[in-house]
Parts: sequence; C-alpha cells; structure tokens
Amino acid sequence: MLKIDNIKTFYGNIQALKGVTIEVSEGEVITLIGANGAGKTTTLMSISGVVPPRSGEITFQGEKIHKKSPDEIVKLGISQVPEGRRIFPGLSVMENLEMGAFLRTDKAGIKEDLDYVLDLFPILAERKSQAGGTLSGGEQQMLAISRALMAKPKLLLLDEPSLGLAPLIVKRIFDIITKINQEHNTTIFLVEQNANMALQVAHRGYVMENGMITLVDDAKKLAANEEVKKAYLGI
Amino acid sequence: MEYFFELFLGGLTRGSIYALIALGYTMVYGIIELINFAHGEIYMIGAFTALIVASLLTMAGMDGMAVLALSMVVAIIYAGAYGLTIEKIAYKPLRQAPRLSPLISAIGMSIFLQNYVLLAQTSDFLPFPSLVPEFSFMEPYEHIFSSSELMIVVVTAVSMLVLTYLIKFTKMGKAMRASAQDRTMAMLAGINVNRIISTTFIIGSTLAAVGGVLIASHIGQINFYIGFIAGIKAFTAAVLGGIGSIPGAVLGSLVLGWTESFATGYVSSDYEDVFAFTLLVLILIFRPAGILGKTKTQKV
Repeated sequence: MLKIDNIKTFYGNIQALKGVTIEVSEGEVITLIGANGAGKTTTLMSISGVVPPRSGEITFQGEKIHKKSPDEIVKLGISQVPEGRRIFPGLSVMENLEMGAFLRTDKAGIKEDLDYVLDLFPILAERKSQAGGTLSGGEQQMLAISRALMAKPKLLLLDEPSLGLAPLIVKRIFDIITKINQEHNTTIFLVEQNANMALQVAHRGYVMENGMITLVDDAKKLAANEEVKKAYLGI
Repeated sequence: MEYFFELFLGGLTRGSIYALIALGYTMVYGIIELINFAHGEIYMIGAFTALIVASLLTMAGMDGMAVLALSMVVAIIYAGAYGLTIEKIAYKPLRQAPRLSPLISAIGMSIFLQNYVLLAQTSDFLPFPSLVPEFSFMEPYEHIFSSSELMIVVVTAVSMLVLTYLIKFTKMGKAMRASAQDRTMAMLAGINVNRIISTTFIIGSTLAAVGGVLIASHIGQINFYIGFIAGIKAFTAAVLGGIGSIPGAVLGSLVLGWTESFATGYVSSDYEDVFAFTLLVLILIFRPAGILGKTKTQKV
C-alpha cells in the first residue's frame, strides 16, 4: 500500500534521512522505533509532504506522492496524528474535528464519522464546545486521533501517541489503535519511543538509527531480539 | 459637553478608518508573522482607483450614492488583486527564508508602489470629490458629526460584523484561525495554507480599500503618500491592541483615534502624534503584547 523507497530528507544542510526504505501492506499495523533524533518524525513528515524528500520515491496505492502537497496527500487518504498532538488551542473541540474533515464534502459520511469518534471517545462529546487548549493531555491525544480519523484515512500515521501520558491512558490509546485497525481495516504506521507497547500492538517493526533503518522484522521477533531488548526495551 | 461629543465622534471616525487598515496588518501577522509594510499602499491605491472611477462616472453623468457604490466596488476588486499579487511576488517566494527577508521585501514593495503611483499620477494633492451625499436627517447634527463621518462609522461597523461572521462561523474562517494557530498542523489536516494566506491578503486589502475610499471622500484630497502615514498609524493601532488579535486591532484603533482626537481638541493639533505615540510607548512598557495580545511562551 505504501512504499517508501530510499528517501533522503534534509533540513537545510542537515541530512535527517539517509536513504530510508519502508513498505507497508494494506491492513497492517507497523511500528517504527528508535531513539530521539533518529529521524522517525522526519519520516512521517516526508510521507505527509510537509518536509518533502530531496531524493527517493514514495508511492501510495500505486501513485507517486513525494512531490505532492500536504493537502493532496490527505485527500488521497493519508492522515497524521503529529507528535505533541498539535491541537488547535483556540478552536473548540468540535471545530478541531471539523478541521480534520476539511477536504470532505460528503455531509452524511462526515456525520457518521463524527458519531463514530464521539462513540470511541465519549469525553469529547462532553467537551465539545470547550477550547482545544483547555483539554488535558490524554483528552488532547484522543482529540488528535479523532481529528485524524475525521479525514477518513486509509493510512493513519501516529507519531508518539503515548508521549507524556499516564500509563493507564497509554493502554487505552493503544487499545483504541488496535480497534481502529480491526474495525475499519485502517492501515496504521506507528512511530514510538515506547517500544514495548508498540511491539505489542504492531504486526511488523522497523528500527531506525541515525536516519537509517537498521532492522526489520516481525514485531514478536523484534521484541525477542537481544539488541532491541538492550537498546529499546530496557531489559 | 457638545464639544466633548464632537471630539468623541471625531475620534470614533478616525478609529474606524484605522481599524479598517489595522485589520489587514493583524490578520496577515496572525498567519505568517509578517508585517506587511506595503499594506498602507493598498489603501492609497484603493483611493486612487476610486478617484479615477468616480471621475469617469461623474463625466458620464451619474451622481449620488451610485457613484460611491460603484467606485467602492471597483476599488475593492483592484485593491484585492494588488494584495494577492504582492503576496505572490514579494512574500511567497520567501516563505522559507529567515524572517528578516520578507520584512525587507515588504518595505521594498511599499517604496515601489509609492513611486509607481507617483510616476503614474502626480506628486501633487489631487482633489477627491465628496461621494457621500448630505443626508437630510443629519442636518441638525451636521456641525458636530457630518454625513460622511456617519457613513465611515456605519460602513466600518458593518464590515466588522461581516468579518466576524466570516471568521467565526464559515469553514474558511475556521481554517484561517487554524492556520494562524498552527500552520504545520493545518497543512496536515489538509488545509491548503497557501490559499488561506492569499485569502487573508485579499480580505485585508478589501478592508483597506474601503477605508481608503471613505476617508478620501471625507477629506477631499489624496496623493501618493497618504498610504504611508495612514499605514504607520494603523500599524501602531494594531500593535497597541495586540498584533495578531482581531478584536485587539479594532480596540487599539478606537483607543488611538480617541487619543488623537482628544489631544487635538483639548491640547493642540500639533501634539496629536506626540500623544498617539506616547500612548504606544506606555502600552508597550506595561503590556508588551498589547491590550488584548497574549504573551506567547516559546517552547525550546
């Protein structure tokens, strides 16, 4: 479904990605783990078209997307829950959700998805006219995921959804991610530092170091891999 | 007491004009953090366009409100096109550049437009016809508040209401607010931020043109330099109210208008600017973000 082929991405003169190749099949949950500054967020931003790669190719459902603008990419069915949630602080919860569906015109479909996310996270219905900036961290993460779902994505990119959240909420978020994958057959690309959690929900995993992929394997095998254990699982 | 009212209403009129211009500064700043120094020139170009259209229409034998309405519409379209073009030529190519570059580009654009009008028209003051008819119901008050002042205040109030509706309730307005709050996230949500920025420039230019036409008709003369003066004042008003904040720009403009009006009336018209800028300095010392501005904590 998504094919990232040897992409190299730069911030000015600094090279963040030194030839990254990742493949994701339809219906899969894959995770990209790695230390701070390895290039995980950059990978997602390259897919979304915010920081386009300088060379290499990204193909989504047979269509080359590495030269497309972010809104065209969203339109094709890729939406992202960025690191730090990035809720629009001055917009109400409802308006934040509306912005997620910005490119859609099918009113009935939007209503249906709105009901779905409010059912997934009932707390958002309670907070619906509150400003996004006044929500707690966990609620903001729920809103960020809901906002991305409002675009009706075929591929959902999640950047560190567990960051800064209480363990109990992290567990809930991950349960929901699994649920979204199973109920909607939404393909999920999960970037995480919490490798433990990520490898539990993912089918396959990639390990990234210094802008390069160093390991690819089934999630279970990765979790059992001695090097991964030592470096990322703290065992 | 009547004198006080006269000054109050005079200040309200000034403030209204400042508000129409200040909104353009503050909205653009809100989205791309750029002080569009060429914005005052849009106001001036709006006035010149209206002068040309009004002269043509008058020659063709039209008069009254129709001339005002038509020249206003043409001025709006023309100014909107200028705003859009300026953004495309002077700012868009510099979107990724360091922040100083688009600022310098803005100053260059401002000087360019002034001199372009200077060469295309003249450096002298040109008489501008009074486009607002004298309403008969205003006659008893004409000595403290003229018909054209009333027109300025009413048109400004209506413009503010329309703008508020646009920004609060339409999808485009919500996308504008979203882009101002987090541009990258707006892109990730599928909002075409470039289009939003263009729309912002068009709206700001439209409002400035409305202000330009109204004030030119009220004062009765224009030249290529009026945009610079009005631009600086409106920019001051935007900063006073808190740059980036829309209600702030309106409030700042009114406060500035009243300060100038009362200073002129009770002290001396020579001190008008002294009071205006003293107020600015005081506000910036005690509330650096402006009256309604929020102090942004920057994450490192």
